[in-house]
Amino acid sequence: MFIKQVSVFLENTKGRLAEITRLLADNNVDLKAMSIAETADFGILRVIVEDPENAVAILKGKGFIASITDVVAVELNDRPGGFADVLEILAKEGINVNYVYSTIHSKKDTAMIVLKVEEPGKVIDILGANGVKLYKATEL
Amino acid sequence: MIWNEAIECADRSEIEKIQLEKLKKVVAHAYENQMPYRKKMEAAGVKPEDIQTLADITKLPFVTKDDLAENYPTGMWAVDKHDIVRVHASSGTTGKPKIAGYTRNDLEMWGECVARCLAMAGADQDSVVQVAYGYGLFTGGLGAHIGAEKMGCMVIPMSSGNTQKQLMFMQDMKTNILCCTPSYALTLAEAAEHAGLKPENLHLTGGVFGAEPWTEGMRWEIEKRLGLKAHDIYGLSEIMGPGVSASCDENAGMHIQDDYFYVEVLDPDTLEPVPDGEKGELVITTIGKEGMPMIRYRTRDICYITHEPCACGRTTTRMSRVFGRTDDMLIIRGVNVFPSQVETVIARFENKLTMNYKLYVGREDNKDTFELAVELADGLAIDDIKYVEALKADIDRELRSILGIGCKIRLLNPGTLPRSEGKAKRVEDTRNL
Repeated sequence: MFIKQVSVFLENTKGRLAEITRLLADNNVDLKAMSIAETADFGILRVIVEDPENAVAILKGKGFIASITDVVAVELNDRPGGFADVLEILAKEGINVNYVYSTIHSKKDTAMIVLKVEEPGKVIDILGANGVKLYKATEL
Repeated sequence: MIWNEAIECADRSEIEKIQLEKLKKVVAHAYENQMPYRKKMEAAGVKPEDIQTLADITKLPFVTKDDLAENYPTGMWAVDKHDIVRVHASSGTTGKPKIAGYTRNDLEMWGECVARCLAMAGADQDSVVQVAYGYGLFTGGLGAHIGAEKMGCMVIPMSSGNTQKQLMFMQDMKTNILCCTPSYALTLAEAAEHAGLKPENLHLTGGVFGAEPWTEGMRWEIEKRLGLKAHDIYGLSEIMGPGVSASCDENAGMHIQDDYFYVEVLDPDTLEPVPDGEKGELVITTIGKEGMPMIRYRTRDICYITHEPCACGRTTTRMSRVFGRTDDMLIIRGVNVFPSQVETVIARFENKLTMNYKLYVGREDNKDTFELAVELADGLAIDDIKYVEALKADIDRELRSILGIGCKIRLLNPGTLPRSEGKAKRVEDTRNL
């Protein structure tokens, strides 16, 4: 139930993000979730798409440093504390969360969050055992 | 061991006698057989018989890399092609290589010079010499090879690259002398560490490293990580290749083979000689070469020389390490910076960075700005800001240790920097000083 996230290194220059999103759009790649981590001179774009291998190939073909990272997507109850519940489960098990972001679409009364953790396999087991719903990429 | 004590430890007066005799001979040879140089001599109004003392060399015109370009490919050769047995080449500035031709005697001389250098690194007939310089048109591989063979060593002609195989041969054949570029020595050290090898698992005792600028810091690192004594070797293909000079155990400069090369150090602007110990451009006259003699060849390499005898017993002229080249030196915040130094640092990150880089120098608030833009290596996996920041910090630390000044680092996707057909334009200096 890993989700394969595509990570792309981006120079922080004008039009670079437009260029990359247009490139994906021209190749019919739909973005299910995305986030950007940025610094003054570079950023890392993280996206979830249906066919990550294909997206990486397209990006690499245009010279981008692109790679795949395993992440986990979980469903939260859309109420105050829904996210805290999940984080507390992980904290209790001593799991560090590197970063989180939300998906673009979500079902009614729920929110979907993408989590990057050190040991995604272990996290899937822990969250599953605690009754947290995990998503496959195709369900996003 | 001193390979040729009679020459390497001779009295200075004896060396100078040999030099003068050979200088007269090579000038006569060039005048008779190297037409582009004869024309220069005629234009300068100087004849071979005007050379009566070593000091008379200053009457002679210079040769530069432009002469090689203008007379491409073989116009600077001074013998019939029939007598050339080997060709080497190095990249020129205009896209055309500089092509050197060697006679059988030239190769004999080259072997003698390199054998002397290998002896400085502790090699003898029982040594196993692994040559990890590239073989081919580049003079590194075959140059080290010819000297080791002349000495009677067991030569392993590995050429560069194929790092795992290098390590295998090093262990299984008990290599004790390694010849390669200093940056490749570090790559080998890193690979050895990854394979769990310690210096004592290898049998290395000496290394002969050259073909690119390096620093004392790199020397210590190589020595520590490979468990050998690192020696410097200098040369350039227009002159011969590696073996023009090398450093002995004293690590007090590189001993020049005085009986084959007459060196001068000149102020690059006035072209007047500078005193011993003062930096200037190294100008070399090959006083023993037939195929392509070079008279007063301007190397563009910046160094200084001394004629003091060395503690090792050799009396030959010694040159310092090469600090950089006259044609590409930048002065940033008062510090001399050579793109080649930056290149050396980039080369150490060979799995993470490419050699596609550019330096931007500018001026803001009366202070110089200095930025390095370099493309990341294909196939990297980057998902983390911290990874990139750590890489930048590593590059910055290495640059500071070599340049002595800091530099802003900008990492780029592969293929972002403009490509050029000829020599890459590595520097953009927008200061209007």
